[in-house]
Amino acid sequence: MIHLLTPLDLKQLDKLSAGDRVLISGTIYTARDQAHLRLVKDFNLAFKLENAIIYYVGPTPTKPNQVIGSSGPTSSYRMDTLAIPLMERGVKVMIGKGQRSPSFKAAMLKNNAIYLVTTGGAGALLSSKIKSYKVLMYDDLGAEAVHELVVENFPCFVAYDLAGNSIFKGGLE
Amino acid sequence: MRQIRCDEISKAIKNTLIKINHHLDFSLINLLKKAKSQETNSTALSVLDDILENEKIAKQGIIPLCQDTGVVVVFVTIGQKVVLDGSLEAAINQGVKAAYIEGYLRKSIVDHPFNRINTGDNTPAIIHVNLVEGDGLTMHVASKGAGSENMSRVVMLTPSDGIEGVKRLVLNTVQEAGGKPCPPIILGIGIGGNLEKSALLAKEALLRDLNDQSDDPVIRDLEKDLLDSVNAMGIGPMGLGGKTTCLAVKINTYPMHIASLPVAINIQCHSARHEVIVL
Repeated sequence: MIHLLTPLDLKQLDKLSAGDRVLISGTIYTARDQAHLRLVKDFNLAFKLENAIIYYVGPTPTKPNQVIGSSGPTSSYRMDTLAIPLMERGVKVMIGKGQRSPSFKAAMLKNNAIYLVTTGGAGALLSSKIKSYKVLMYDDLGAEAVHELVVENFPCFVAYDLAGNSIFKGGLE
Repeated sequence: MRQIRCDEISKAIKNTLIKINHHLDFSLINLLKKAKSQETNSTALSVLDDILENEKIAKQGIIPLCQDTGVVVVFVTIGQKVVLDGSLEAAINQGVKAAYIEGYLRKSIVDHPFNRINTGDNTPAIIHVNLVEGDGLTMHVASKGAGSENMSRVVMLTPSDGIEGVKRLVLNTVQEAGGKPCPPIILGIGIGGNLEKSALLAKEALLRDLNDQSDDPVIRDLEKDLLDSVNAMGIGPMGLGGKTTCLAVKINTYPMHIASLPVAINIQCHSARHEVIVL
């Protein structure tokens, strides 16, 4: 098990290989489709994209006495195109689920970024790894707003590493 | 004549939606456990552990199984002798609104393809009504997530494509979907009818009992054949490799035009949330 801490030390990313299990602790940011549409045109952000970790999630509403609602990953491919300019502005790690496009992968390699996956449909389990949750930007987007999360031992697999290897398996004969 | 009050319908819809978003069906849990006992890939085992652990936390902690609490789909079967004291559609949507607001479920419905303003209460539900003889009212309610729905498709094959053409289409669809629809998946397949009928057959197939089998021997063999073929692809839980790609294949059919062979493939993620209400 490999621990990945924030602020990110980029040398940490070199050591990760597709298939490795990592536990993230520190500060990460949420963004989905609508937030990406705004982030790519917005140059006055409430957080730094440089070396940032972005998690593709839109949680359920937080109940009283809970930190956050159910918080599993959404399908990453919908962010493939819009993730590219964000990587060019410094994003280094993206967390979601499922395969991504060839153009995303090429941009990822060019910008020395990596892609992690976590278990889809395990939002209750993953919410237990989130220690704080607050809105940073685009509050009007509700669950799709940009949030700052503080996570502890948030479990992921390395899906695409810096050498271009992939965790994804299977196919037709 | 039998009078049914709309507030009874709303209340039943609300309670069922909250329940299914926090509890997986027993037969689904058993299929997941059985898959785990046969799985050898360590990554796959880790994902299956997450899924089973998630179910326990959701149940105990009263936190939804998945952040995507879905679009509500209701198949209503209503007897001709039933009299309602108001609108069936409004009663169902009232139940949806109450469940999603009071139950802290995510509101995932937007009003328009391009404006995309959230409706704020997860309405409207997608409602299909079937009028039958008698005085019964049953509602099969599902919370259907978008990750797996987005990987679904309807294709108009030609009759000469036959059973082999259907198999190829299903395997190609599963292949292209990969890890995106949150495998292990359940496949609901509709064959026949026309464009919209095949899609409805596929959705209804997903709502069948996980342990049932088709009455039609050809279809029963096709269900088994496809289940084995999909699991031989090695896609695995979340697409990360393994034997456990699909938990069940359910196929429903209907007569069709001499020139047509419509096929709809509706993919369901492992968090299959649905239940029947009988009033």
